[in-house]
Amino acid sequence: MGPLKKIVYNCHKATFLIEKKLIGRITLREEIELRIHLFGCGVCRIYQRQTKKITGMIRQLFADSANSEKHLDDTFKKDLQGKIENELDKN
Amino acid sequence: MITKTYQIEPRNWVATHADYLYAYAIARINDEEQAKDLVQDTFLAALQKVDKFEGKSSERTWLTAILKYKIIDVYRKKSSGLVANADVQRAEQEESDFFEPEDGHWTREHAPASFGIDDHDPVVNKELNNILQKCMQKLPALWLSIFTMKHMDDQSTDAICSELKLTQSNFWVIIHRTKLNLRACLQKNWI
Repeated sequence: MGPLKKIVYNCHKATFLIEKKLIGRITLREEIELRIHLFGCGVCRIYQRQTKKITGMIRQLFADSANSEKHLDDTFKKDLQGKIENELDKN
Repeated sequence: MITKTYQIEPRNWVATHADYLYAYAIARINDEEQAKDLVQDTFLAALQKVDKFEGKSSERTWLTAILKYKIIDVYRKKSSGLVANADVQRAEQEESDFFEPEDGHWTREHAPASFGIDDHDPVVNKELNNILQKCMQKLPALWLSIFTMKHMDDQSTDAICSELKLTQSNFWVIIHRTKLNLRACLQKNWI
C-alpha cells in the first residue's frame, strides 16, 4: 500500500493531521491526503467539526480564567508585607 | 530623546501587584496554595535582584517575567523524568483504544457521533463548558501544561518543546491524544 492509499483509509493518521493543522502547519501533500480522506469518511468529518469547536471552548475557558478577579486574603498579604520589610531592613 | 525609566518600590509590591500576580499564577496552575507560594517566591526572588532592575520595563512586567519562569519550573517538575516518560507512553499506548492497530480505523466503541456539541444553544454550551472543565482536570499534568502554554499564552511549539524538554514528535502525539481524550470525555458525559 502506498502512502497515499494508506491515509485514504486511515482515521488515526487523518485525525493526527487535523490536530496538527489546527495549531501548526501541514505539508501540501498532507493537505491533499487529508481532503481525500475527509471526502470519503463521515466519522472524521464529525471529528473535525467537533475538535475545532473544542479548541475554541478551551481558548475561551483559558481566557476567562486569565481575566478572573482572584484576590489574596489580607492575612497572607500582611504576612508577605512583613517578610518583604524584613528583607529590606537587613540591608 | 527621552526614555521613560521605571522606578522600583518593593514596599508597595504587595499592595500594587500581589493580586495581579496571584490571578496570573492561579489561571496557569489552578492550585490556590501553590499559587500563593509562587507569589511569595517571586517577591523574595525579585528582592535579591533589585539592583539588576534597569527600569526599561515596568515593575509589573518585570515581576511577571520572574513569576512566569517559576510557573514553567512547576510544569517541568510536574512532568520531569519518570512522570513525563509515563505521560508520553500513555499517549502512545492509549491510541490503540481509539483506532484499530491494523488499519487505523476508528474502533466501534470510540467512533465520534453527533451529540450536544453540535448544538448552538447557549444553555447547552454552558453545560458543555462545565463538563469540559472536569475532563481537563483529569488530564495528566504534562498534557495540561502543554495545552495551557499553547492555548492560554499562545507560545510557539518550539518554545514549549524546549522549555518542557520534549521532542516535536512527542509534542504532537500528546496534542493529538489530548484532543481525542477530551472529545471522547465530552461525548461520554453528555446526557
